[in-house]
Order: sequence, then C-alpha cells, then structure tokens
Amino acid sequence: MALLILAPFVGFLINGVRYKKHSANVAGVIATSAIAISFISAILLVLDVVAMPAESRKIAVSFFEWMAVDKFKVNAGFVVDQISSIMILVITGVGTLIHLFSIGYMHHDKGAAKYFAYLNLFIFNMLLLVLGDSLLVMFVGWEGVGLCSYLLIGFWFTDKEKAAAGMKAFITNRVGDAAFLLGMFILFITFGTLNFSELNALAPTTAEASWLGAVTLGTLFLFIGATGKSAQIPLYVWLPDAMAGPTPVSALIHAATMVTAGVYMIVRLNPLFIMAPNTMMVIAIIGAATAVLAATIGMTQWDIKKVLAYSTVSQLGYMFLACGVGAFGAAMFHLMTHAFFKALMFLGSGSVIHAMHEEQDIRKMGGLKKYMPITHVTFFLGWVAIIGMPPFAGFFSKDEILAYTFNSPLGSPILWAMGALGATLTAFYMTRLMALTFWGKSRVPSDVHPHESPALMTIPLIVLGILSVIGGWIGIPHVIGEHLGHLPNVWEHWLHPMISPIPGWTAIDHTTEWTLMGVSVGLALISAIVAYQFYVKSPETPKKIADSIKPVYNLVYNKYFVDEAYFGFIINPLVSISKNTWYYIDVNFIDKATYLAGDLARGMGSFVRSIQTGNMQQYAMYIGIGVVVALSFVIMR
Amino acid sequence: MNTDFINNIGLTHYLVLAALLFMMGMAGVLLRRNVIVLLMSVELMLNSVNLTFIAFSKYLGILDGHIMVFFVMTIAAAEAAVGLALAVSIFKRFNEVNIRFFEHLKG
Repeated sequence: MALLILAPFVGFLINGVRYKKHSANVAGVIATSAIAISFISAILLVLDVVAMPAESRKIAVSFFEWMAVDKFKVNAGFVVDQISSIMILVITGVGTLIHLFSIGYMHHDKGAAKYFAYLNLFIFNMLLLVLGDSLLVMFVGWEGVGLCSYLLIGFWFTDKEKAAAGMKAFITNRVGDAAFLLGMFILFITFGTLNFSELNALAPTTAEASWLGAVTLGTLFLFIGATGKSAQIPLYVWLPDAMAGPTPVSALIHAATMVTAGVYMIVRLNPLFIMAPNTMMVIAIIGAATAVLAATIGMTQWDIKKVLAYSTVSQLGYMFLACGVGAFGAAMFHLMTHAFFKALMFLGSGSVIHAMHEEQDIRKMGGLKKYMPITHVTFFLGWVAIIGMPPFAGFFSKDEILAYTFNSPLGSPILWAMGALGATLTAFYMTRLMALTFWGKSRVPSDVHPHESPALMTIPLIVLGILSVIGGWIGIPHVIGEHLGHLPNVWEHWLHPMISPIPGWTAIDHTTEWTLMGVSVGLALISAIVAYQFYVKSPETPKKIADSIKPVYNLVYNKYFVDEAYFGFIINPLVSISKNTWYYIDVNFIDKATYLAGDLARGMGSFVRSIQTGNMQQYAMYIGIGVVVALSFVIMR
Repeated sequence: MNTDFINNIGLTHYLVLAALLFMMGMAGVLLRRNVIVLLMSVELMLNSVNLTFIAFSKYLGILDGHIMVFFVMTIAAAEAAVGLALAVSIFKRFNEVNIRFFEHLKG
C-alpha cells in the first residue's frame, strides 16, 4: 500500500525537482509510469480485499502516530475496503489513461514537466483523500487536491483570466473547507473521534429529528464542505471557470476524481448521514436542484468544455440526489460510471481542441466526424452513456438513482420528476454538443485543418470508450438481471456491508421500476431526437426559439447571474468593508500610532545627535558647563 | 618703596588671580579658532592651576603642591608636543590651523 501511495509522490519529486530540465516526453513517461505502478498495486490490493470473506473486507495500515494531544489521537492510517477500493481503481486507472493522454496533449508545452509533477502530486493527494481512515487524514488530501487544482487550473498563469480561474476555484473551495472543519469539530466534540469506522460504529441508531442536533449539524457542515469540492449549489461557480486549465486536467480533476470527493465522503459516513433526515433532505434537494439548474445552463453554452463542465455539475447533482435519498450505493455507482464517460468526453474534447488549434467554440466546429473518426466514435459512446441509453454505463447508474429517488421514504415523486427533467435536459444538450461538434455541416474556419490526434491520445479514448459501454454491467438491477438469466448485481453485493439500510425501505415493485425506466429512457430519447432535429436538420430553429424567449434565454445564457449576485451581495460588500477597515482602522489609527512612536524616538535621537557636531570647542564648553554644574552640586549640597 | 602691600597679599589674592587666569584661558579655548592660540590658552589654564597649587602649598606650609606642579608641567609639555604635532599636520593638509578643521574628525 505504501507503494500505491508513494509512487505518485516520488514521480512528483523527480519531475518537480528537475522541472526545467525534463522534456515533455521524459517527464510524461516518468509521471505515467508512477501512476501505472500505483494502478498495479491498487489492483493487487483490491484482489487481496476480494479474497477476504465478505463481512470483513478491509486492509488497514497505520504508518505512524501522527498526533496525540490528550484524548485526541490521529494515526496516519489508511484503509482499503469496499468503498475505497473502487475509488483507488478509478483514480489510478483513469489517472493512468489521462496521464497517457497528457503526453500527447502537452507535447508542445514548455512547462510540461511541471505539469506532470502537479498531476502526480494531485494523484498522491487524491489517494490520501480516499484511503485516509479518519476525517483528518482525508482532510489533508482534501486540501491537497484543492491546492493541486489551483496549480493546474492556473497552469497557464501568464494568462490573467486563467490565473483568476485558479484563484476562484481555490477560494470557493476554502469556503467549503471552513464548513468541513466546523463539521469535524462538531463530530469530534460529540463522538470524541474522527476515525471513520469508529464514527460509523458510534452513529446513533435512531434518527435525529431536530435541526440543531449534533449529528445533523455536523453532517450539514460536512455537506457544505462537499458542495465546495463537488461543485453543488451554492458553491458550484468555480467548476465551469476551472475549464481554463489544460483539458486533461479537466478530465482528471473536474470529471473523474476531485469533484467526487464530496460524494465519497458522504458515502463513507453514510451510517451517520442516514440518521440525520434533515441533512438528507437538504442534500437531496440541493442535488436535484443542481442537476436541473446546471443542465439548463449547459443548454446555452457555446464553449465545448463549458458544456461538459455544467454537465459535470449536473451529474454530481445526481450523485448527491442519490446520497440524499439514501441510495449511497447508487451514488458510488454513478460516480464510477460518470468517471468513465465524463473523463472520456473531456479527453475527447481535448482531442477536438487539439485538432482545432485551441479553438473551443462549438459554433466554429461541425462536421468533424469526417476528420476525426476515432474521437467521434469514442465521444459517441460517451454521449449514449451519459444520456442513459441501455445498455451503456450511464443507464444503469442513472436509473438506479431515479428508482431509489421515487421509491425511497426519503425521496419523493417531485425529486424524481426533477431528476427525470435533468435527464431530459442532459440528453438535449449533449446531443446539441454532438451535433454542433461532429455532425452537420462544417463551420470550421478555412485556415484550420482538423486532424485525428496521435495514438497516445486515442488509446486512452478507446479504453475509456469501452469502459463507458461495459462499466455499468456490474450493477445490473435485479429486475433486468432476472430476465437475462439471473445476472447478479455484483455492485450491490460488493457494497452491501458498508451501506446502511434506508429506514422504512420497501422493495420497489417491478412494474413501477420498468415504468420509471421506460419514462426516463423515453424522455431522454425524445429529447435527443428533438435536439438532433434542431441542430442537424434545421439549424435555424434553435435560434428562432431562443429569440422568441429572449429574456429567459439571456437569463440562462448568463448563468442566472449567479456570479454577478455573488459579486454584488458578498464579494463587493466584503471588499468595501475590508477597504474601509483598512483605511479607517489600520491606516488612520494603528499606522498613525506606530508612526508617532517612531517619530518620538527619532526626534529624541536627532536632538542628541545634534550635540555630536565634531566641534571641539563645543565639546569643551559642554565639559566646562558639566564641571560647573557638578561642582555647584557638590558645593551647594 | 612701600612693600607692605606685598606682605599683605594673602591666599585670596592668589586664588582670585588664578581664577581670572583660568577664565581667560577657558575663554580662549572656547572662542579662538587658531589652534596655536588654543594651545596657549590651555597652557594658561594649566598655569592658573599651578598657581593655585603653589598658593595653597605656601599657605599650608607643605610641599605637596610643588610636587604636583612639576607633574602638571611635565604633562603640559607632553600635551603641547602632541597638540603641536596635530597642529602641524592640520596645517600641512589645509594650509591653515583653524580648529574648525577638526570637525572632520566627527564620526
């Protein structure tokens, strides 16, 4: 396990120390092999875990005692169990592919070694995050990935806008992290430990009804932390801006790993969360609202990566919706399948951007199918996966979430309707993206000659494409599995011991489940066909519709003015308060007081200094005066 | 010639004279600019002290004051040698012996 964690760190050191000397290829190979070593050790570890008996699958290692203050003891402990084994496979597996892709993508970049160093450091921190056996170790990784995210988003820091995007991500995450810390404090005060297994064992057995109970408050704060990292309302604003970074970064951080940290944390602590129904309700509502809101914004964006970014926000909303209704397994499932197809699509968009010479505006694309067959096919697979067509990966995870949302005592048909609406919108904007990028007439400027990317970039695409197709088959719901000759739901069996049952859960009846599936697939299908009609057959229609609902369109196009609202109501007042405090208290009071003290000392000094003229006669006079004074003192006494 | 007044000269007269000499010497040291004159004024002050020593010695009938005077004279001679050396070097540098040039010695 040490190898698993340390390999990326060593890679980071090698590339980081010599970042000016290594060329892109050397650095890329070092970094990629570091992650590949991690991936192999992760596989070996997971195989060990699989070999264990179902009820006690766990490898726990404690490297050293990190700190011990009174009752507060934390070990640098790491644990591989059912939940974290999924995560390490996804992180190192998808990570390896993305590293591979990066070698091709960052080929021309001068700072490539630095880039790979950051990427390795990110993987290292992400592994800390998911393997940590206590909230505190997790928090170290949590902060670490935040830092790397900042470094990588602002990687092209000479561009002011990109640097600003990095800072925005960092600061938005800090807001969430503050809440995460508060949550940790509350849980520690209540339970006296931050260790996951101890916390889960100590979780109350009856639901906590009040809003101000320790568990509810603690989990709420942790959830706010999760909204920061996982880009949910109200802290989602950083993720679309984060697209300023290199595209493989978007794929790695903003699709497959870091943004899922919040979901992962909630799943880790699911026995605690499930005992706080109020928190669960908040999570479900926020999740569903984010899923719909981000999807609507995604429908209007022109930047290929921004569309995907809002799609990510929306899909993360699904995961939180699943958490909120108690379907933690489904959340993890969607996390994994989403990692596959979203990483695929981001890398695909990277391939497109590469081919288009850094052009990201889909209005200037179209018809790329002809030039980039591999990218097109893989992107196509990602597209059918994300809009939830059976039997692709996204279908299973999304429909499991929707079924749970409908049936769970914590869910409701309204939340289900929001989820289905989200799925419909997703199908629409993803089809729009496909149509505008790959299909229809070419709108490529004549001086750009799109070409297929090198093999280094297409191989990861192909692997991820295959995963997007088959990734969902390990979680086939019973209702389908039975008809296909009793295929087992591997996923559910695997996670079962780690997931708390939903109180008051009654098994969903098969007719309902079939209906739900049919409805969501049908809606997605119709929506996709409509979008196809709009953007391929009659490209004029969307513009007409947009014009006919101009105010609404503008509202959505400008992302509901959320950024502007933040500036107006939070950031600007804060800035002006700080400015006033600085001016009136610091400059006018504190500074002046210290200047006064300084001036006093200097004034006295300059008086004494004026005596030192070097004029010997003056000195003699002082001596004379001194003698007279001393003598008269002696005589008069 | 009536020499009575000589016999009437007491300690007070000597001391007053010494004080006057000292004041004149000190005024010279404080006010004059010429280093040579300054040295002479210092001699004047030293001599006024010598006079005081002698006067007290005579008045008290002991020899200690005389001995002191020899010491003072020795030191005065040494001091004059040092002072003149300084004066000469200043003159060499500035072609003048104004005390103001010593201000350059300021740290």
